[in-house]
Amino acid sequence: MFSHIRTIWLTFLHLFKRHVTIQYPEEKVKLHPRWRGRIVLTKDPDGGERCVGCYLCAVACPVDCIALQATEDENGRRYPEFFRINFSRCIFCGYCEDACPTYAIQLIPDFEMAEYNRQNLVFEKEDLLINSQGKYPGYNFYKVAGMNAGVKQKGEGENEDAPVDIHSLMP
Amino acid sequence: MTIHIDNKTYTVKAGKNLLEACLAQGLDLPYFCWHPAMGSVGACRQCAVKVYKDETDTKGRLVMSCMEKVTDGLYLSIDDKIAKAFREQVIEWLMTNHPHDCPVCDEGGACHLQDMTVMTGHDYRRYKYKKRTYTNQYLGPLINHEMNRCIQCYRCVRYYRDYAGGGDLNVFAAHNHIYFGREKDGVLQSPFSGNLSEVCPTGVFTDKTLKEHYTRKWDLTMAPSVCHHCSVGCNTIAAERYGELRCVLNRYNGDVNGYFLCDRGRFGYEFVNSENRIKQALIRNRTNEAAKEDEVMAHLQQFISTGKLIGVGSPRASMESNFALMQLVGKENFYQGVSEDEAYVNRLVVEMLSSGCVHSASLKDIEQADAVVVIGEDIWNTAPMLALAVRQAVVKTAAAEASKSVQAPVWLDSAIKEFAQDEKGFLATLTITTSPLDDLATHSWHAAPDELARLAFAIAAYLQPGKIDNTDINEELLSRAKTIADVLKKAKNPVVVTGTSCYNDNVIKSAFDIAVALNTSERKTAFSCVMRDCNSMGLAMMEAPSFNVANEAVKKNGHAAAVILENDLYRNVTFGVANDFFNACDHIVVLDSLHNTTTQKAHVLLPAATFADGDGTLVNNEGRAQRFFQVIPNAGSQVQESWRWLRKMQSLKSHAVNNHAAFPDELLHELETALPQFKGVTEVSPQHDFTIHGERIPREPHRYSGRTAMLANKNVSEPKPFSDEDSPLSFTMEGYRGVPPPMMTPFFWSPGWNSVQSVNKYQDEPGGALRGDDSGVQLFKDKQADNGLFFNDVPGSFVIAKDRWLLLPKYDTLGSGELSSYSLALQALSPDPFICVSPGGLHVLGVQEGDPLQITDAGIVYDVLPVKVDKDLCDGVVLISAGLRGSIGMNWGSRVKLEIRN
Repeated sequence: MFSHIRTIWLTFLHLFKRHVTIQYPEEKVKLHPRWRGRIVLTKDPDGGERCVGCYLCAVACPVDCIALQATEDENGRRYPEFFRINFSRCIFCGYCEDACPTYAIQLIPDFEMAEYNRQNLVFEKEDLLINSQGKYPGYNFYKVAGMNAGVKQKGEGENEDAPVDIHSLMP
Repeated sequence: MTIHIDNKTYTVKAGKNLLEACLAQGLDLPYFCWHPAMGSVGACRQCAVKVYKDETDTKGRLVMSCMEKVTDGLYLSIDDKIAKAFREQVIEWLMTNHPHDCPVCDEGGACHLQDMTVMTGHDYRRYKYKKRTYTNQYLGPLINHEMNRCIQCYRCVRYYRDYAGGGDLNVFAAHNHIYFGREKDGVLQSPFSGNLSEVCPTGVFTDKTLKEHYTRKWDLTMAPSVCHHCSVGCNTIAAERYGELRCVLNRYNGDVNGYFLCDRGRFGYEFVNSENRIKQALIRNRTNEAAKEDEVMAHLQQFISTGKLIGVGSPRASMESNFALMQLVGKENFYQGVSEDEAYVNRLVVEMLSSGCVHSASLKDIEQADAVVVIGEDIWNTAPMLALAVRQAVVKTAAAEASKSVQAPVWLDSAIKEFAQDEKGFLATLTITTSPLDDLATHSWHAAPDELARLAFAIAAYLQPGKIDNTDINEELLSRAKTIADVLKKAKNPVVVTGTSCYNDNVIKSAFDIAVALNTSERKTAFSCVMRDCNSMGLAMMEAPSFNVANEAVKKNGHAAAVILENDLYRNVTFGVANDFFNACDHIVVLDSLHNTTTQKAHVLLPAATFADGDGTLVNNEGRAQRFFQVIPNAGSQVQESWRWLRKMQSLKSHAVNNHAAFPDELLHELETALPQFKGVTEVSPQHDFTIHGERIPREPHRYSGRTAMLANKNVSEPKPFSDEDSPLSFTMEGYRGVPPPMMTPFFWSPGWNSVQSVNKYQDEPGGALRGDDSGVQLFKDKQADNGLFFNDVPGSFVIAKDRWLLLPKYDTLGSGELSSYSLALQALSPDPFICVSPGGLHVLGVQEGDPLQITDAGIVYDVLPVKVDKDLCDGVVLISAGLRGSIGMNWGSRVKLEIRN
């Protein structure tokens, strides 16, 4: 008997607490910048695709839901010929973002991607690529990489000496 | 011999260095410059270990383990703090200049430098100054150059110059500026340049054809395969991704190719992805030619069960396919798809090797020979890896001599090279014309095939007097023969190499005579005969009549249905003969993988699998049967192995209700029963239901990616993985993860060893046999025959006749090969078709170099080709580029007429 009264009393007290439920979708959720939601592919400060098709995101993915094929432009710059994420398999763990050596793949706070048809959860490169640098502005992989892919000449990168003159005998 | 490594006692082989000893025990010790095939130079300072004076010594001294010989009771430490710190320091130095390239570097994921960096524990860059950079060079369509990534281990030049004998790659500049490349941009000249991509421990030299469709090693579906581009049968790994063949890698086999492949083998894979592939069964002469499988079978039923069938086999189809065809048409109706001339010499070679009088030489036997005689065959162009083995024989003999005189082990590479200087082992090249092998030869002589045979018979006569009648041979030849015979007499394990490309039985007979004459109980002699195609030996061993006999039979009896197996007859016989045959046949069924002139003649065309989408067994020129496994899953496609098609056709014929699909191992079993000469061939691989601890062997590495996305664009529900019942290998990443039997090793990988260097974890000892013995079954057994085979057919002198030129083929290392010539990279390096005559011949014809010449052969008029002059060619012989893309069959070895055309 006492326990019943106690329960009713406690429930009554909750009437005066601040409620946590919100009226979604009329009321929007507050999204924190590090929330791991939809995956995007970003661009570098010069507007070029950041993804170099290194396959590290694909290999880091625990559910193997990323598939891509690397190809090259006439300057030898690598980019993905296709880049596919099967979001119906994705667990939003963010390992792909951790693995990405060029800040190309990023998880953004958007989570509103429900679909009635599962096939629509397969995103291709056109669906993933955004015209922004995302969370990490200012980074251009090809400026710090050693190879010349049309972004900078050999020796013009950050932290690089001019190319060696192999005919020189100077110490 | 016992040594103590980190206070544990191990038994090791004497004569090895400490690095080899440690690796043989399965211990991890980083290294760069050492290579089991090339020995030690101590350049990279990476393999440092601590060696102690005795048990009580606690201080020890640092040594480079690759430069130190194993001694009994030695105490050493890999885990010593100072040794570890030293190795980490060395990597840190190397890394000061290594670019931030891994994401875009093709070596990444299969990189020895990555592995060694992780192994030493170096993980943070403390050096805050600038990185050294280099400009790259264009090295041709096969190899990509990215010099920034170099760690100066010198492996590339040691391989390219010392091992493979190339001259155009070298090291330039000085101190910390050294540069590995060519004098100026240009195509690498050596036909073994592709190995640079595996020899280089980092990404300086990488496979340029892989770049076109780049895939990391962990994403490749891989299967053990056998090279299909010449008769040597090198072991390869075929690698697939997204239904396309991506690259071909070396698969170590201690008895055959070892660590290396030639460029034709490595880059000749693109025909598998070619647009010219036959993917659809066709029934010709109707409105809709494309046909479903049951439609084709119903169509075939009409004449297969009633009419007379003629089967034409192929030297490039597997044993299983040739045998299935023989079963379908019956032994008496099965013919080799090669000309009578070729079938005749091939038969002779089979007779010689199956006699067992001399040992059939593997590439390893050739590498270890102390004297080599090459007679008649241009092995540099017809069997490049065999030529590389001959080079090793010559170099190693000198090294072994040097090793004896300076009391230094053979693996102490630079010391031995320094001592040996230009010393070389004995090599005699007695060939039609010159090849790069001549540079190594002690004795080289170029003449017409009959003259070569005369010389070789004269040598045999010196070696075993009384058996050969050499009265008709002139003084000059006899003295030449004596010089060679005198050296051969002193050799302990000589090898005689010849081949069928002269289409001259006397050349082969005389070479065999030398081998037999040399073979005594104390002198183990081996004999090797190069053949034309990857399964020429297997087909010849089936002892079927030649195509010319088939042609006669069809002409005589008429009303036959011909089943042609993976054979472009227009390349193997003259077009007149092929046309006659096709005109005489009522029905023509062709099975092939690529469209060609023969497939155009087909009434029914069936899509056959290539080496990448099918299973099968090949017999190489040595008589070694080797199995290759499917790597491209062909679910939903009509493409299937020829033997599968033929088996289905056979069940039509026998009206079998139970359409039991045969497995390759069952076919081999039947082959063994039907043809006893193939005894033992079933041991080529375990049965199709073989498992290890109940698990099959996965074709995919354990970190294969993209499984749930690669086909999601078609359907988001993943299909069931393709299942392959034909072999113990599975098309998944689940299964047995240990070391599988050698013939079924789909890839080399070991924890911490992602690069190809992990092969040392699969070997008994570095550079030794793969654990569980090497793959392949030698079908020719050595016998101790007293009344051995011996020939006494000294031919008459070669007669130079006006308007009767001796027609011989001139193959090209990269350009020749019916299938490999579809590779764009090889096509770019292939010569244009040409005719080649001697300077004297040019004079006789009254033409200039480059003039168009026409060949006519008994009424057959061939294409007009430009003439080249070859100063080493003898008069009266005309060479024509052969085996190139679009080349046609000719009456090799016959006499033809040459005319100028304007």
